Amino acid sequence: MVNLEALHDVPVVGSVPTDGAFSLLWLVIALPALGAAILLLGGRRTDKWGHLLGTAMAVGSFVISLILFFTLLGKDADDRQVTQHLWNWFTAGSYSVNFDLLYDQLSAVFLLLITGVGSLIHVYSIGYMEHDERRRRFFGYLNLFVASMLVLVLAADYVGVFLGWEGVGLASYLLIGFWQQKPSAAAAAKKAFVINRVGDIGLSLGTALIFITFGSTSFAVVSAASSHASDGALTGIGLLLLLAACGKSAQFPLQTWLLDAMEGPTPVSALIHAATMVTAGVYLIVRSNFIFSLTEDARTAVIVIGTITLLMGAIIGCAKDDIKKALAGSTMSQIGYMVLAAGLGPAGYAFAIFHLLTHGFFKANMFLGAGSVMHGMNDDVNMRHYGALQKAMPITFATFATGYLAILGIPPFAGFWSKDKIIETAFADNTLVGLCALIGAGVTAFYMTRLMLMTFVGTKRWEKDVHPHESPKVMTYPLIALAALSALGGLLTLGGWIGDWLEPVTGHAEHHELPFGMAPIVMSLIILLVVAAGVAVAWQLVGQREVPREAPEKVSIFTRAARADLYGDAFNDEVIIKPGAAGIRGLTVFDRVVVDGAAEGTATAFASMSARFRLLQNGFVRSYALALLAGAALVIFALLAVNFG
Amino acid sequence: MKFTAPHIEYDLLSPILIIVAVAVLGVLVEAAVPRARRYVVQVGLAVVGVVAALVAAFIVLGRINPTSDKPKLGYLVAEDALALDGPTLYSWIVILVLALLGVLLFAERRLEGGITAFAGQAAALPGTEGERQASAKGLEHTEVFPLLMFAVAGMLAFPAANDLLTLFVALEVLSLPLYLLCGLARRRRLLSQEAALKYFMLGAFSSGFFVYGIALVYGYSGSMSFDKIAFAVSSGSGSEALLLGGMGMLAVGLLFKVGAAPFHAWTPDVYQGAPTPVTAFMAAATKVAAFGALLRLFYVAFGGARWDWQPTFWAIAILTMVVGSVLALSQTDVKRLLAYSSIAHAGFLLVGFLGARSLSEINVGDINPVQAVLFYVTTYGLTTMAAFAIVSVVRDGSGEATQMSRWAGLGKESPLLAGSFAFLLLGMAGIPLTSGFTGKWAVFAAALSAGAWPVVIVAVLMSAVAAYFYVRLIVVMFFTDPVGDGPTVTVPSLLTSSVIAVGTLGTLVLGVVPGPLLDLLGRTAQFIR
Repeated sequence: MVNLEALHDVPVVGSVPTDGAFSLLWLVIALPALGAAILLLGGRRTDKWGHLLGTAMAVGSFVISLILFFTLLGKDADDRQVTQHLWNWFTAGSYSVNFDLLYDQLSAVFLLLITGVGSLIHVYSIGYMEHDERRRRFFGYLNLFVASMLVLVLAADYVGVFLGWEGVGLASYLLIGFWQQKPSAAAAAKKAFVINRVGDIGLSLGTALIFITFGSTSFAVVSAASSHASDGALTGIGLLLLLAACGKSAQFPLQTWLLDAMEGPTPVSALIHAATMVTAGVYLIVRSNFIFSLTEDARTAVIVIGTITLLMGAIIGCAKDDIKKALAGSTMSQIGYMVLAAGLGPAGYAFAIFHLLTHGFFKANMFLGAGSVMHGMNDDVNMRHYGALQKAMPITFATFATGYLAILGIPPFAGFWSKDKIIETAFADNTLVGLCALIGAGVTAFYMTRLMLMTFVGTKRWEKDVHPHESPKVMTYPLIALAALSALGGLLTLGGWIGDWLEPVTGHAEHHELPFGMAPIVMSLIILLVVAAGVAVAWQLVGQREVPREAPEKVSIFTRAARADLYGDAFNDEVIIKPGAAGIRGLTVFDRVVVDGAAEGTATAFASMSARFRLLQNGFVRSYALALLAGAALVIFALLAVNFG
Repeated sequence: MKFTAPHIEYDLLSPILIIVAVAVLGVLVEAAVPRARRYVVQVGLAVVGVVAALVAAFIVLGRINPTSDKPKLGYLVAEDALALDGPTLYSWIVILVLALLGVLLFAERRLEGGITAFAGQAAALPGTEGERQASAKGLEHTEVFPLLMFAVAGMLAFPAANDLLTLFVALEVLSLPLYLLCGLARRRRLLSQEAALKYFMLGAFSSGFFVYGIALVYGYSGSMSFDKIAFAVSSGSGSEALLLGGMGMLAVGLLFKVGAAPFHAWTPDVYQGAPTPVTAFMAAATKVAAFGALLRLFYVAFGGARWDWQPTFWAIAILTMVVGSVLALSQTDVKRLLAYSSIAHAGFLLVGFLGARSLSEINVGDINPVQAVLFYVTTYGLTTMAAFAIVSVVRDGSGEATQMSRWAGLGKESPLLAGSFAFLLLGMAGIPLTSGFTGKWAVFAAALSAGAWPVVIVAVLMSAVAAYFYVRLIVVMFFTDPVGDGPTVTVPSLLTSSVIAVGTLGTLVLGVVPGPLLDLLGRTAQFIR
């Protein structure tokens, strides 16, 4: 066979048919899907054991993922892209979509993340949702989410990705609004749904454009043909996929829903809005590397979006008093890092995925930690009412601190290895972008330190009747597991493993030189210095003063802007909603005057015609017979006239 | 003189033979079985007979191997009097399914408080002592079941008839029992008897045209059989005027049966007056049989003279759609509304019928007109059957409440029933995801590829007009406050409920996955000549 790689500058998605353990692949999706079906259709009968079934399904899925992963490790590097053909989904003319699952190095790590972190969060939720009477339904939704997310990362076709994409959107909507009795939760769910639709349009149009350009939507065909496509088409596809990613991953300008999404139960925030679903956009970009690697313009757009969002998220995180919203701002910012890395092309894809994994560990860890704190504080989320919880909740504190060190990027915690690499690569690409990423790291250090200080250190500012206590074991054990992962996640990059592992999927990375010929170690030291500066500022501003129980009103314009989410909602209101509403009013008038006028006029004409004709139906059989005779005469006359006339 | 016994293929003809046998047995049952047990025996006999005929029809269908790419064309049986090909067998199966649903509706006894919807003693004059006694004794006419079976036998023979005499005999066999059944309503008997008489007189009148048409065509071609007529048409011998006159008169007879304008006048009066189970069966099954016969007569016998008859049928199709849709606008009675709707549907079916082309003009993958018309009558039959079944359960103190104003608020009274009815109405209007949409799409596509686009434009416009009165009824049911007590829904027995369920489900399934049935029809919808 000709060496395709040599002719081709992007890796082609291979398709080794499944055999042996890989034939279990479909079960990874089927188990949680079955769980969701039983829990949601089974009704109250499943109330007693529903949560256990849901957790068992997630764990079962995780076990299979592990088996598959080790089987994949045992294979030759060339045989690691396995396709399982399930059935032909639909065929329309020459266009055919198969329901195929693609298990390769990229989906393998996602499977472990989704099912692994997913299982831990299922276990945690058993404790967290214990007193909720709709717990069974909650686990049904969680299983539905896990199944959809797995479809998203396993599909071997953009249409399959779209199915999973919509599935996670639905699950996210249901879970954000899980406490539907709260108007704020219902509104947040609606907002997330509506804004996500904008992104979904990007994905569906992108898929359509892919079909027009390549005549197929399967990864294998598109990756093999992408280097022959025109630049315009590739850029168009890239920008549409980026729009999709912005919606799902809460990137600028579609970021506003994520902060409100914190209305959902905390395990949901941890699983969906930190570790997995919101990273789907990053997955989409990295998976479509055969598009993005070939289009400089679209990649530039990705970098710009990522950089803007990483700064925005960090700034918003600085001003929030709600512990979950502070973490949500942080999530936005960290995903910004991933998107930025993905925009850097083959040099960055692997680091984007690596940071996605480590972030999945430490952010899930911190969200669950926040949940544990809230559990002890009667569901209060205001950090101004916390303080000195370190003694009351030692395990939560310890695990949270691990996540804190990881997100700051203190060696040897996981975040150090992944974030450092992104900043380095950014510098290698463009100094300005690198500087923004560096500043972002400093701001991250500030807001995370502020969060730690306000929550665990300082004086008690608790509400009356609040007696903080450590959470039950079913909640702390997952925390400990995630803390361990946050501490040790860096091992994945030992000897450059993650980069080598993903290289067959993402393509070979050119080695980049840092500016001014810096050695990487110097770069790391600079980053650490900036982080230390962020911590010091936080210590000065928060740690050394009394934290007021009420948020101060007299604050700088910057704080006010950050509190208002940098006016994201206001912007949408002014630029989209108000002109839209005006347009609709205009259309309504047009509809009433022109359309209704024409329609009603026609209707009146028909009605009067009907009333007149009706008189012919007089009920006399003699008239009917006469009509019949006349009709027959007419028919015969017409026949003769047509032929002899 | 030597007499040769005709060769009869009993196995192939078994569906018809079973139905006739059941009908004859039914008559014997009336004579021999005690009154108290007749109902059970008759219903059992009819159900078993129809199911057996259905099984037999499937076996015969299996013999032409419809699932293969190149099915066998069919068989000419009973000395070429009947043609058993794809369209015939398909029509048989549809008619038998509708007949089964019809039997279930006929057998419904819960709605009238333990008695069927048919007159206790048809011979007793309305309002007399005799009638009172009959209803006091709880009499009911179980003869309706053998009558129904005779009608079904005629309907089976109708689309299969391969010569003019058989066609005429089948027409009369299917019509006479229906005339009688129309007059047997238990309530509003005068209206029912008037309907029966009107139907009979006008039917006899149109049969006269039909017979005269046979005579003229025989005069033209010297034969009754379709293939000899086709041969005469293609060779062009004989007097053109005889052929045209004969064709016109035959068309009048058949168009009368399908209720096409200007031969539709009987439809609203008869549909309204007849007992609702009879209306349901008649509206659904007669259309299937009559369109089967119409297609065969005009495609096989007069196919060569297509250019002669197509323009006239264009006009008839347009007139039928306009009359049905426009007159339905001003109706205030649900049964009459459905009658006009059925006239409009006859028009839409004629649009598909106009898709006639010679076989060489039909490309692979095109919708062929036979396929389109047969699909449409299937969807129409199931939907109409269920719609009339629902009409029979919406009642007030004096029986069925067919005044549209009495249906206000039905959505609150019985959401499930009103929901099903709304769905069926949407199906008739041809909204996507219902079978009506696929059916309309198929007939329009067939007519378009034959170049009948002016008819299709009118058809689309009339679909829009028709949508108005269907939706109006939905508005009445769901968004209008009831006047006075509002309607009541009498909970029917499993018999009527299953008819409603089957019809609604069929409307849904054929709307969502029409592919398999359309493909099957695409392979088999060809006439044997």
